[in-house]
Amino acid sequence: MRHFKTDKPTGQKGNAIGQSFIHESAIKQVIGKAVYVDDKAEEVNSLHAYPVVSTIAHGNIVSIDTTPAFAVQGVVDIFSTKDIPGTNDIGPVFSGDILLTDELIEYHGQPILLVVATSYKAARIAARKVVIEYQTLAPMLDIKQAIKEQHWVRPPHALNRGDAKQAIDNAPHKISGDLDIGGQEHFYLEGQVSIATPTEEGGMFIQCSSQHPSEVQHLVAKVLKQPFNYVTVEMRRMGGGFGGKETQAAPWTCLAALAAFHTGKTVKIRLARSDDFKSTGKRHPFYNTYQVGFDQQGLIEGVDININGYCGYSPDLSDAIVDRALFHADNAYYYPNAHINGNRCKTNTVSHTAFRGFGGPQGMIMAEQLVDDIAYYLKKDPLEIRKLNLYKPGRDLTPYKQKVEQFILKDMIAQMEEEGDYWARKEAIAAFNKTSPIIKKGLSLTPVKFGISFTVQHLNQAGALLVIYSDGSVHVNHGGTEMGQGLNTKIAQIVAQAFSIDMAHILVNATRTDKVPNTSPTAASSGTDLNGMAALNAANTIKQRLFEFAAQHFDVSLEQMQLSDNQLVHEKGQISFAELINLAYLNRISLSTTGYYATPEIYYDREKAEGHPFFYYAYGLALSEVEIDILTGENTVTRTDILHDVGSSINPALDIGQIEGAFIQGMGWLTTEDLSWNEQGALASNAPATYKIPAIGDTPAVFNVKLYNSQNPATTVFKSKAVGEPPFMLGISVWSAIRNALASITDYQYAPSLNPPATPEAVLEAVQAAQQWNKTTMQTTTKETSHA
Amino acid sequence: MIQFLINNEMVQLTQFAPNLSILDWLRTNMGKVGSKEGCASGDCGACTVVIGDLVDGQWQYKSINACLMLVGNLHGKHLITVEALTTKANPSLEELHPVQRAMVECHGSQCGFCTPGFIMSLFALYMNYASYPGKEAVIQALGGNLCRCTGYQPILAAAEKCFTYTHESTQNISNKDHRFSQQVKALTLSLEKDLALNSIPAIEHGEQYFYLPQNLTQLCELKAAHPDAKFVAGATDLSVEFSQHLAYSEQLISVRYCPELMQFTQDETGIHIGAALPYSEFIESFCEIYPEAHELFERIGSLQIRNAGSLGGSIANASPIGDPAPLLIALDASIELQSTRGTRTIPLAEFFVDYRKTQLANDEVIVAIHVPPRLSNQQLSCHKISKRIEDDISAVCLVLSYQLTDYTMHAVKCAMGGMASTPALAHHIAEALNGKLFSLENLQAAAQKMEEDFQPLSDVRATSAYRLQVSKNLFDRIWYQSAGNMILSTSSADLNASVPAIKTRINHASL
Repeated sequence: MRHFKTDKPTGQKGNAIGQSFIHESAIKQVIGKAVYVDDKAEEVNSLHAYPVVSTIAHGNIVSIDTTPAFAVQGVVDIFSTKDIPGTNDIGPVFSGDILLTDELIEYHGQPILLVVATSYKAARIAARKVVIEYQTLAPMLDIKQAIKEQHWVRPPHALNRGDAKQAIDNAPHKISGDLDIGGQEHFYLEGQVSIATPTEEGGMFIQCSSQHPSEVQHLVAKVLKQPFNYVTVEMRRMGGGFGGKETQAAPWTCLAALAAFHTGKTVKIRLARSDDFKSTGKRHPFYNTYQVGFDQQGLIEGVDININGYCGYSPDLSDAIVDRALFHADNAYYYPNAHINGNRCKTNTVSHTAFRGFGGPQGMIMAEQLVDDIAYYLKKDPLEIRKLNLYKPGRDLTPYKQKVEQFILKDMIAQMEEEGDYWARKEAIAAFNKTSPIIKKGLSLTPVKFGISFTVQHLNQAGALLVIYSDGSVHVNHGGTEMGQGLNTKIAQIVAQAFSIDMAHILVNATRTDKVPNTSPTAASSGTDLNGMAALNAANTIKQRLFEFAAQHFDVSLEQMQLSDNQLVHEKGQISFAELINLAYLNRISLSTTGYYATPEIYYDREKAEGHPFFYYAYGLALSEVEIDILTGENTVTRTDILHDVGSSINPALDIGQIEGAFIQGMGWLTTEDLSWNEQGALASNAPATYKIPAIGDTPAVFNVKLYNSQNPATTVFKSKAVGEPPFMLGISVWSAIRNALASITDYQYAPSLNPPATPEAVLEAVQAAQQWNKTTMQTTTKETSHA
Repeated sequence: MIQFLINNEMVQLTQFAPNLSILDWLRTNMGKVGSKEGCASGDCGACTVVIGDLVDGQWQYKSINACLMLVGNLHGKHLITVEALTTKANPSLEELHPVQRAMVECHGSQCGFCTPGFIMSLFALYMNYASYPGKEAVIQALGGNLCRCTGYQPILAAAEKCFTYTHESTQNISNKDHRFSQQVKALTLSLEKDLALNSIPAIEHGEQYFYLPQNLTQLCELKAAHPDAKFVAGATDLSVEFSQHLAYSEQLISVRYCPELMQFTQDETGIHIGAALPYSEFIESFCEIYPEAHELFERIGSLQIRNAGSLGGSIANASPIGDPAPLLIALDASIELQSTRGTRTIPLAEFFVDYRKTQLANDEVIVAIHVPPRLSNQQLSCHKISKRIEDDISAVCLVLSYQLTDYTMHAVKCAMGGMASTPALAHHIAEALNGKLFSLENLQAAAQKMEEDFQPLSDVRATSAYRLQVSKNLFDRIWYQSAGNMILSTSSADLNASVPAIKTRINHASL
């Protein structure tokens, strides 16, 4: 069962922090009254837009015939690049992301036109009726060819520490390997959707499902060639984001706004699931290679890692994503000498984008493959190799020269070895595998060390607007967005704690660009760290005003004053928070303010490839046990134990919810979620019928999740740590455990390579590789014996 | 006109597009936006609603995908949507329906978009069980609901917790004394009376129509008069044509209201399954005779799909990857076809002509599937390989049936799905096994004939090489799975001792 109580008295003595409050929308969600963008009542005369997309991956448009589309009843207009008043380039950081194309096609599913009609169905049908002739070009789909031709969306960047080549050459042992890592579709349950409504001031009001309302605001303004104050974006909640609505919500919103701009009517755009699959970016597939030198004990002396991201046709966020892969190619292990290079390969697919972990997982898995491979090579236990190579005092410098300052993994592993009964289970599994001809079990414990902060420095800032009405009720807006993670609930807890008032007095709702401006995306796990701190700063500003007012009004000292359990307590008595607020109002004290926060200490010098890009690291580990069927490759996770560090938890229930969900999502990435593109560059796994995210039966029967008891040494909001992304990489334990099961085929002498996702087919291929290894080794042994 | 109950209201519809799904109708026409569209292809469950079938004056409730089932087939049903479970606009925790309350208390919703669908699947479970039915039943009930946020652990907890509340809220729809239930009772009586009057319920509107014939004679006459009309039962395939391929059919005839197509009977001539009978209404009875087929049936789609889909639909669509066909072919099933011209019965194996092509004439309807009586010593082995256990389509489906006497195999039938343009018999493999001793060597030798029977394609589900390899390997599994039983059935104590219990299948993760 779950490790938190739901029956704690809530709001007790104003201590909201650390309590498992339910998600602020939970009741609305279960009764079907939580409103998502597509649920909003449609205005009479509102219109629907649908994109016309390319049916080739690479080529040029020769001709377009829209006549058959106009023949569909209900079609109002069809827009093209010619109708865009402002910019057609909506690249979030670098240019290159195109809203509509009129000539060059660079991926299958690229928007070309926008059909506007009186109904969703009419717009969708008409969009398919447009006849487009193309001159096709060979698409670049093979990453090895892209690497060879240096076909980049952005230049390579490398981390260098010591002389990796020499260290590897001089090491007693060296091995190498590679890994083809599959991408991942976000599969937010709510697809991309936006509504654009022209306002009476001649502006544009946007309701959309976006993790980055400010960017949507800016891009809509740029596309329409208007100042930013022309556009207001409101975002109440998303039906899931996971990074897939960081930049990917913007194009559809811009298109809806373009249609609203020209028609003067409200326009809604909503992608059907299969089109959402085809035309939005995904987690980058990667192709990585490594070479490592190590000593007899398995201590790493040098690594040379090459990381190659399939970026798709444009930069989007790929620069930062590949950077984060570089920053996590060490995971929790000290590399005395390292060369870690990252290539941003241009391919003719949709532009791959942010997805929980943001490149971190695809870097981190290399570190885990490398330590596993060392262990099997030396015939040692993989956990021993992991422990041996952990960062520790004196061996604490990352390849990008940030010093690791917190070393809790050693203790966390010790706790898990005991609670998860690692050694006894390992033995039992080895015994089982000896006598089981078809089913093999595997076990693996993998750690996570994940850097927290945006690697783009300026994004590490946040704002909040805090309003107290004269009855003492509080309304908070902040720059973050609610996508299910419980950010609004945590913000309310932070403000409740700051004023020591009940949660019932606090309302946190829609994110709006006219309330809190110039916000950063809710991404990089930073939602609470940044916006929580901004809200806390706002609360503290008002608290200070209230204290100063009370000190003067009641003629009491500031030092003795405190807010406690819905009261202001001072040396002469106490007054309820609501009365205090009303009194302050009557005495003309300002009861609203903004709050602001910028993360201190962080920087990165790209020239030198060094710095302090992360404010702190979050840690976790997972111990997973799997079974594989060596006849079919079918596999399953039978037990997972997780110990995760969220610092001092603001809301244990929400944090555990993030950890469980992230683990399962990570497991899905590495097992069942199999993205594939066909030879023409079209996405073959383009619907939930062919792309399988974990279902309820995939949740391990034994699934223990515990929070590690610690505080964040960095000065974060109430000593908490970010939780959104780090536990995603706990899923790597499943992949590593499957390799452990595979290794049993060779009596743990050799673990075949296993390209994720570990579908039955991929596992069966690895089984055959292991069986082949046995044959070859046996032949060699026989030969050697006969020669002797 | 068609007539049905939605929550605690009676609805009569005289006009709608024949291809209108319940979900589109709810969201677009009724303003009931609690049910969500996640995929519009029956794969995510976000649109799950509960449908009541009136059986002997009692409502029997089940979950279905509102994105698939068509409004026309609501005639005479009770549709319950998430909006009905709690009637208060702003309920407190205690005023929620137990399944809603449990989901809140267990933190079972995060982004909340899949939540109404989970609530309705849980509600169907709650209505059909007096107490917690165990994790296996929960996984069956929720296997067709995808959640991307929680990892399901809190939802599993909620499924258990919802049965634990002692004081049910008075707002609760399932509370027998509640006003809602009273209203439904009164409406049911009125509905029953009206249904008796309506001869062939229909919607006709220009070129569009949706007919609901009430018996097989009417059905055949309608089809003869409208040979281009499409039949619709659960619409689990048809609606995907609409929502994904935008291939809308404007002329539909429902097969769901003909009692002849909705029966399951069993006699000395075998098992007879009505072509329109939903899977969930015959699986248990069928598996009393063939328990070996249980897993295969349980893994056809999700519970929502099994509550809607039928054998007739699956067979008529002639999908190369439909799982029932290999089973039925291996069991030597035949299908009964009828038209105004008469009746004919043909072996199922001969029914499939080519990729999605069958022998069905355009005035014919599949009435029933007949499976001959189980043979003495008949062994059956069913295997489905897919990327995911729940709600996935086979890369390969293999069904082997044979009679075993004195360790020798006779009457061998091996049928496979996913290996050719239609589900098909593996003649060479069967030939290689017929009359042979049941041994690992003989099974492996027969498996080597795989390429003579099949040259499978590579597609998104698997490569050709994997399909061939795994199919061959499944013969090893068949031996290992059967060997233990066989040895136990002999009197030799030595043999017993020499074979330890062998684990031949991976655990189902959650169980």
